[in-house]
Amino acid sequence: MSQAFTKAMARNIFYGGSVFFFLLFLVLTFDTHTEWPNRDNHENLTGVVAEGKRLWEVNNCVGCHSLLGEGAYFAPELGNAFKRLGGKEGIKGFIASRPKEGIPGRRSMPQFNFSPQELEAISSFLEYVSGINTANWPPNIQG
Amino acid sequence: MQYKSQSVAKPYFIAAIGLFVAQILFGLIIGLQYVVGDFLFPEIPFNVARMVHTNLLIVWLLFGFMGAAYYLVPEEAERELFSPLLAHLMFWIFLIAGALTVLGYLLVPYATLAELTGNELLPTMGREFLEQPTITKIGIVIVALAFLFNIGMTVLKGRKTVVSLVLLIGLLGLAVFFLFSFYNPDNLVKDKYYWWWVVHLWVEGVWELILGSILAFVLIKTTGVDREVIEKWLYVIIAMTLITGIIGTGHHFYWIGAPEYWQWWGSIFSALEPIPFFMMTVFAFNMVNRRRRNHPNKAAVLWAMGTAVMAFLGAGVWGFMHTLAPVNYYTHGTQITAAHGHMAFYGAYVMIVLTMISYAMPMLRGREVAPSNRSQVLEMWSFWLMTVSMVFITLFLTGAGILQTYLQRYSDEPIPFMVAQDKIELFYVMREIAGVVFLIGLIIYIASFFVGSRDPEATVATADSA
Repeated sequence: MSQAFTKAMARNIFYGGSVFFFLLFLVLTFDTHTEWPNRDNHENLTGVVAEGKRLWEVNNCVGCHSLLGEGAYFAPELGNAFKRLGGKEGIKGFIASRPKEGIPGRRSMPQFNFSPQELEAISSFLEYVSGINTANWPPNIQG
Repeated sequence: MQYKSQSVAKPYFIAAIGLFVAQILFGLIIGLQYVVGDFLFPEIPFNVARMVHTNLLIVWLLFGFMGAAYYLVPEEAERELFSPLLAHLMFWIFLIAGALTVLGYLLVPYATLAELTGNELLPTMGREFLEQPTITKIGIVIVALAFLFNIGMTVLKGRKTVVSLVLLIGLLGLAVFFLFSFYNPDNLVKDKYYWWWVVHLWVEGVWELILGSILAFVLIKTTGVDREVIEKWLYVIIAMTLITGIIGTGHHFYWIGAPEYWQWWGSIFSALEPIPFFMMTVFAFNMVNRRRRNHPNKAAVLWAMGTAVMAFLGAGVWGFMHTLAPVNYYTHGTQITAAHGHMAFYGAYVMIVLTMISYAMPMLRGREVAPSNRSQVLEMWSFWLMTVSMVFITLFLTGAGILQTYLQRYSDEPIPFMVAQDKIELFYVMREIAGVVFLIGLIIYIASFFVGSRDPEATVATADSA
């Protein structure tokens, strides 16, 4: 690098640039917060949905599935599972019917032995997720 | 070794390598589960093994970063470490907490672990990479604070160099952004948005500062190039990292319910994210070309240059491949992401830790500057085996990802996820074979610490003839 460009100049670009772009990031984040009420489906975020989110977490569902494209890629995307599986009853039926010992030679979801109340919570959570405005992602129903 | 207290780095490096081995074994388990779906089911389901694989990676890299800091900072500050005792104590706390957490993952169902550790008091578990029980997360914060205090006091009381300052900023950022792992609102959109403040601002932000400073340190030591030149490069590289990488976080906000302008901000800034990685490659090659001496530890120089190249390929090129919003619309959450994740983590962070270990371990084991010739030859074999097999793991996952994207997302008649998975199985078989070669490389790497350890130290002349 040329001699005219000094270490002090490089240092100033680092500090100035980092601070500037971090502040810009905060401004954009602030604006994102003001936009969220139109997009995040918070009106359907009930206590049952919150209970479903906790179930989603403590069973580490994201260790196999993706949700809005984030997570693992071993099992199907679930952001649109509510639509793909035909509503809450479809989701409940699928989860409840997983064989305990798996399916020979194939990937299988564990049997979590959820109570009817828990099945209601997890399927309500997935219904809430399906109502988030994701800019039209995923491209089709297959997720 | 110039300062006695640098020796606290040694247990950190040994633990890092041990956990690295465990990480790869679990990687092979989940790789096999992609081919034989019911392998180890229901004893070790995929989600558990994957969590062990990714969490071990994070923990051993943190061990590596801490070991690197404990080795590098006294030498830069030109004084002994503030408190070697605190460093030893934190080592055992971190190791025991890490081991207990992994045992918890493996021995009880995850929901039971959440219950046992009181997750409902402050629910933070069950989010990708942040699966640790809340109490473990608190432990991580305590260890990080004690570590920062120790390193910070050493820098404060000694010579302040750009290398140690940048390392300190990076480590401070690591600790600060980890605090967002405690924020877990019921609103999924907000949860996801701030989850990235840990994950993205770590690996595409402050961790790159740690990477840059370790690389700069090893290049100063091995090439003998003037510190002023190297420090100027370091500033420019990390400036570009944060200028592009902070707003570049937006490439994660396209499809999670954030406003759609993030598609523009994210695409433009993250398209620039390869620049600092490319500069790092130019930097490393330039410094080695302008070297004032030949360092007898050729293996360490090889790792340093390998880091610069592979970080650019994995993070820069494979990241750019799917970062533009119109492309990401189709590739988001497919094996393309997995391909990028593997080469980026290996190229940037695994390799920089192995660079530092390669450079420092001979001194920590009582050598003058370098291992014996035989040992270095073996280490360089392991470099090539692991690096080339990681390239193939990435290529096979990329092939799988392109087909998956086409079959499930792009074609006129998209097919269901599991049907597409069956059709691309061949790529998973090939990935697993490449993974086995990686393990062989890792075994040879470990062997390189024992083979030729009684041989005389390599000199520039003998290393040249090898």
